[in-house]
Formats: sequence, C-alpha cells, structure tokens
Amino acid sequence: MAMAIPRPRGASRKWVWLIVAVVVVGALALMVQDWHQLWKISSTPDNIPIVAMIPLVVFFTWLGFKQSRANDELIERLEADPQAAKTAHRKTLPWRPGWARELHVWPYLVRIEFMAALIVTIVLFVWSITLNAPLEEPANPNLTMNPSKAPWYFLGLQEMLVYFDPWIAGVVMPSLLIIGLMVFPYVDSNPLGNGYYSWRQRRFATGMFMWGFYMWIILIIIGTFIRGPGWIWFWPGQTWDHNAVVFDRNRDLHEIIAGWGLTKLNVYPWKAIFGGIVVGSFYLVGGLFFHWLMKRAQMSRETFRSWANFKRWATVPGELEMKILQRTSILQYLTFQFFAISILLAFPVKLLLRLLFTIKYVWVTPWFNI
Amino acid sequence: MADRPDEPNGKPAAGNGDGKPPEEQADINKLLRASSGLPEGKLEAVEPRRAGVVTKVRDPAVALAERARAEFEGYKDPQQTQLWKSIFRVSHDRSDPRNRSLAVLSNVFLHLHPAKINRDAVRYNFTWGMGGITFYLFIVLTFTGVLLMYYYHPVKVQAFKDILYLEHDVPFGKLLRNMHRWAAHLMVITTWLHMFRVVLTGSYKRPREFNWCVGVVLLVLTLLLSFTGYLLPDDQLGFWAVTVGTNMARATPLLGHEGPFGPQLGMTPFNDVRFGLLGGSIVDANALLRSYIWHCIGIPLVASIFMAVHFWRIRKDGGISGPAPVMLDSEMKPLRK
Ligand code: HEM
Repeated sequence: MAMAIPRPRGASRKWVWLIVAVVVVGALALMVQDWHQLWKISSTPDNIPIVAMIPLVVFFTWLGFKQSRANDELIERLEADPQAAKTAHRKTLPWRPGWARELHVWPYLVRIEFMAALIVTIVLFVWSITLNAPLEEPANPNLTMNPSKAPWYFLGLQEMLVYFDPWIAGVVMPSLLIIGLMVFPYVDSNPLGNGYYSWRQRRFATGMFMWGFYMWIILIIIGTFIRGPGWIWFWPGQTWDHNAVVFDRNRDLHEIIAGWGLTKLNVYPWKAIFGGIVVGSFYLVGGLFFHWLMKRAQMSRETFRSWANFKRWATVPGELEMKILQRTSILQYLTFQFFAISILLAFPVKLLLRLLFTIKYVWVTPWFNI
Repeated sequence: MADRPDEPNGKPAAGNGDGKPPEEQADINKLLRASSGLPEGKLEAVEPRRAGVVTKVRDPAVALAERARAEFEGYKDPQQTQLWKSIFRVSHDRSDPRNRSLAVLSNVFLHLHPAKINRDAVRYNFTWGMGGITFYLFIVLTFTGVLLMYYYHPVKVQAFKDILYLEHDVPFGKLLRNMHRWAAHLMVITTWLHMFRVVLTGSYKRPREFNWCVGVVLLVLTLLLSFTGYLLPDDQLGFWAVTVGTNMARATPLLGHEGPFGPQLGMTPFNDVRFGLLGGSIVDANALLRSYIWHCIGIPLVASIFMAVHFWRIRKDGGISGPAPVMLDSEMKPLRK
C-alpha cells in the first residue's frame, strides 16, 4: 500500500478506538443473561435521571477537556515565545482590535437566558408527558420493600453502608464530604487557571476533584444497577433472585492475622492496638502516596517509551508542581492530606478490602469498629 | 385644560406629548386652544362669546373631533403613553447604550445582572449555563410546588389519596406532579454539573472561595429538599427510603441512641436526634408533617436566602470568573506573601 494517500494519524486511530469500543460493548452484551432485568432497572422512572446523567457527565467532561486542551496549547505557545506573550490576546477566543470589551446584558445575555429557560421548559414538558412519576402502594410499615432503595442521588450514601458502620457511612462520611468540599478552595494554593479551562496547570486539583466526583457516581451506579434484593451484588444483566442468600464469610483483619499464629490478637487490648496501628499506617502510607502524586510532572508519550523515562518521571518532581508545593502552607498541606486520605483513599481501599478480600473491619474496639 | 400649560421654555409638557419635537407640540397646543374656544395665548376660562346656536354647537364638535384625532395619533405608539411609561421607565431604544443599561438597572428581576458583561462571558461553552438552569429549575419547582400544595394535605389518612386525586381527577394534575418530580431530579444533576464546571474553570479560586462554600450549602439544601419531598406521597417508596435514611441518624455519634457514646450520654429512641427529625420513634404522622413543613417552607426559605447571597456574591466578586486571559506558569510567584 505504498501508494495509499497518507492519512492523518488521528483519523486512523479513531477507527481503532471505534472497533475496540464495538468489541467491548459486544462482549459485554454477550455476558448479559437477562435483558429484561436490565431493562426493568434502567427504565424504572426514578432511575431515568441517573441513566441520563451518565452520558451527560461524559459529554461535559469532553466539553471541558476540549477547551482545556485548546487553552493548554495556547499557554505552551506563549510560554515558548515571551514576545508573543506580551502582545497576545491570551484567549483562544477570537478578538479584533476594534471590538468592544463588554456587551450589554440587555439583550445579549437576557436572550440567552430566555432561550435556555424555554429549552428547559420544553424538555420538562416532554419528559413529564412521556414518563409518569412513580407511585407505589400506600406506606405500610409491616411490608418491607426489598430492595428498599433511597432515591438514586442518595444511593452512594446507602452503598457506603455496606463498607462502613452506619455512624461512619451515614454521619461522619457525609460531614467529611461537605466540609471537604468547603475547604477545597482554601487548600488549593495554585493561582493558575483562575477563570479558564486548563488541565496542564492544575492537574492535581482537578484530578482530585474528579476522583471524588466519579467515585461518587460509580457508587451510585453500583447502588442503582448492581444491588438487588437483600442488597446483594447482582451483575448488570443477572436476574434478581429474591430468595438469594449470601453467606457472608466476612472476617475482621485481626482475625486473619491471628489465624497465622498470632493468637494474642484475638483478645483485648491487643485487638484494638493492632487496629490502631493498621489505621495509623494507612494514613502514613496514604500521606506518602499523595505527597508523591502531587509532585509528579505531566506524563507524555515519552514517559512510556523506555523504562528510564518512566523512572525519571516517577522520581524527579515536576518543576511547576514543586513551585505550587512551595506556595502551600503547612496547614493547607495537612488539611488536604487529611481529607484526601479519609475520603478519596479510604473509600476505594475499604471497598476493595470488602469486595475482594471479604474483610469487614480493620479496627475493632469496644466503642467503635472501622 | 389647566392641566396642560405651556411651559415657558417651550419644552414639551409632561404627558403624552413627551418626546415630540417642539413644532409638533405647538400644533397640538393650537388645536387644544381651538377646541376650548379660547383666544390665543390664554388657557384660563373666559367669558363665553355670543354666537349663533349652530356655531355654538358645531365649532366645539369639530374641534373636539380634531382633538380626538390628534390624541389618537399619540396612542399609535404605545411606548409613548403614560401607562407604558409608568411601567417601563426606560424607552426601548436600540441605538442608545444608556437605555440598554437602564433596561437592566431599573428592573428588579434583571438588576442582579450588571449592565454590561465581559463579551466572552456570554459564551455558553464557558458556564454551560448550568447555574442559571439550576436557578430556573428552582423557580419551576416553586411554581409547580405551590400548585401541588393546593391539593395536598400533610395528613396520614389523606396524603396518599390526594396524590391519587391529583393523578386521576385534577385537570393536568398528573402533568403537574410529573413536572415537579422530574424538575427536582434534574436540579440535582444540574447542580452537580454546575459544581463540576466551577472546578474545571478554577472559578472557586480567590476571590470566590466563599461563594463556593455558599454553593456547597446550596448543594446540601438541594439534596435535602429532594429527600424531604420523597416522603410526601406517603407510599411504600417514600416510606422505606425515609426509614432507611433516618435510621442512619440513630447511629450519630453522641446524639444517636445507637451511635458511639450515645447511650453513655443518655440517648434513647425517644430523645435522640432521629426522634427530633421524625417527631417520633417511627416514620408516622408527625414525620409526614415535619417533612412537609421542611419541604414546603423551611428549606425553600433558607435556600432562597442562600441563593440571594450566592448571586450577590457573584457580582461582588467581580462577575463571572472568565473566560479570563490565560496566565503563564512562569508568571507564578514562587512564595506566598
Ligand atoms: C441551588 C444551587 C445553585 C444555584 C441556583 C447556583 C447558581 C449560580 C449561578 C446562576 C451562577 C452564575 C454562573 C453560572 O451560571 O455558572 C453561579 C456561579 C457560581 N457558583 Fe453556583 N449555584 C448553585 C450551586 C453551586 C454549588 C453547589 C457550587 C459549588 C460547590 C457553586 C459555586 C459557584 C461559584 C464559585 C460560582 C462563580 C463562578 C464563576 O465566577 O465563574 N454554586 N451559581
């Protein structure tokens, strides 16, 4: 095919992606045993919003990152050319010298608002005409709903009940989430990227938020599509078996270790001390992990070209990242570490411990268990 | 007639002649004088002239018709009427930038906006309009919610029946209920996407940190609004969702009777935080009433206040954060002062 017209590389890669996507979706579809069950869950009126939200989140992530990329390229260009940086308009948006800087709100903004309101109204009308709000039987305290699920936006919380005791899942975690969100702007000491999309300049902060945001959505998806009667794990497409019973072999961490010969761990106070040490080490290792992560420079294709390159990436901190770290006060740093370890890390770790290793508690004390 | 005196400086008088060029105004004044049968230059009532009966009747009639025609001319442009001007203080003149600003500033609903904004800030790719859509959904919810309140009794024997009544008998009742439901779900989604946008554009950074916190409170209130509304149909769905939800409150540390250190502090099912939320130890009539009041009065009131602060702060923090000119890595100062 030496005569073939050279095609831009991006175009052929798009085809590869498309084929991979088709194969993956096809393989997943083959694994579905019970389409009816899947349809029943997805088409439940109260689940439609989460079904709609998944493509919306994907779309807006794409929309944001498309703009980030354009800005990042501009930044790189200006960074390389100090003279241009002095004269450039510094936006990816068109600009001509004669143009006014500002627009009148009336009518230029008000008409956009009006159109947006109109479109939302139409969407709501169509949605409300085609889909009815659910109404079950009258409330009956003697007839337990199984599964008894909260509305979809709370299923993340409800799913957490599997991994943590109610006082953590229901009270401590939500409080930490709210406070964690509130301190977010105060621990981000990076002045770059204020008011424009950029990935390059704020990878760590954006990445941390997205870690939490997507984790939350994944928990909701688990709670909506995977949890069936008795809050048992049914893969999407598996039939919900209302008589299914799972014999929980869940053990506590200290029991496993004690089984290796350290029988002392089965009794107090050793049990509690052991758990404390485990949790303490978790915070230590987690702290080291985030400390390492926040200093990493941006990966590129070069990073994966050779082992040496990868090693350099993993050991030599990025320049921009070190500058940001220097600006961070000790209080900002510690606050960030606390919330990052307690929410962003504790969550998936506990989830994996439970689902893969069937470990219930890592720290057992007479007063509380974690 | 005395209410239309000529102003000495020849400026048009207030009223429907406003804005007319002086010559035209003079013509109108002439007509007015003719209709009142008064001599030139004077508008006060004077001694009636002696004249024949025909002239006595015809002259004023013709003059009156003339006057009516002239007045009617004035009504052809509704924007020049007293009624219009009393409502809209600013004429809708496209060519005058001052009027465009005043159109916003003199309107109570629009004046949360500045008169002018950054030309790039209207790009919907930047904000995605998400905050605005969230606010609009809140308005839709308030509107449909109030209409629903006309049909709903927060009473155990009645609540469920009211929903059935709404669905089957009230004209457009089903549509009303559906719209309230789906707008609520949509509002949760748009609030999250709005927050996501604020992160991606770094808009929470100085000086907008506090407004971000106000936003977080709004997010929590939005979720609480949804949650309290869930119980109101008093069906199995809401009942069990709220039962599961409030059972967590039992385990509140210190304040719940099953939480760490709760029993030690004397917490029982009849005095702990869950009891306070439900107005009882089970989800029952009191819980329904409390839910209703939180849902229809308490939380919307607090949310409105926080929204007012949120919008006010957007203005005070210098408007929407961008799209701002990009800053270069090399322009960052290494140390914080
Ligand atoms: C009921 C919920 C909310 C309403 C009605 C609302 C409304 C708005 C509106 C209309 C704007 C103007 C810009 C835009 O449309 O994006 C805005 C901006 C903003 N919102 Fe919200 N918001 C809500 C929730 C939140 C939440 C949950 C957060 C963050 C946690 C937040 C943080 C902000 C910030 C920081 C700005 C300034 C953005 C900028 O300057 O670019 N808001 N909000």
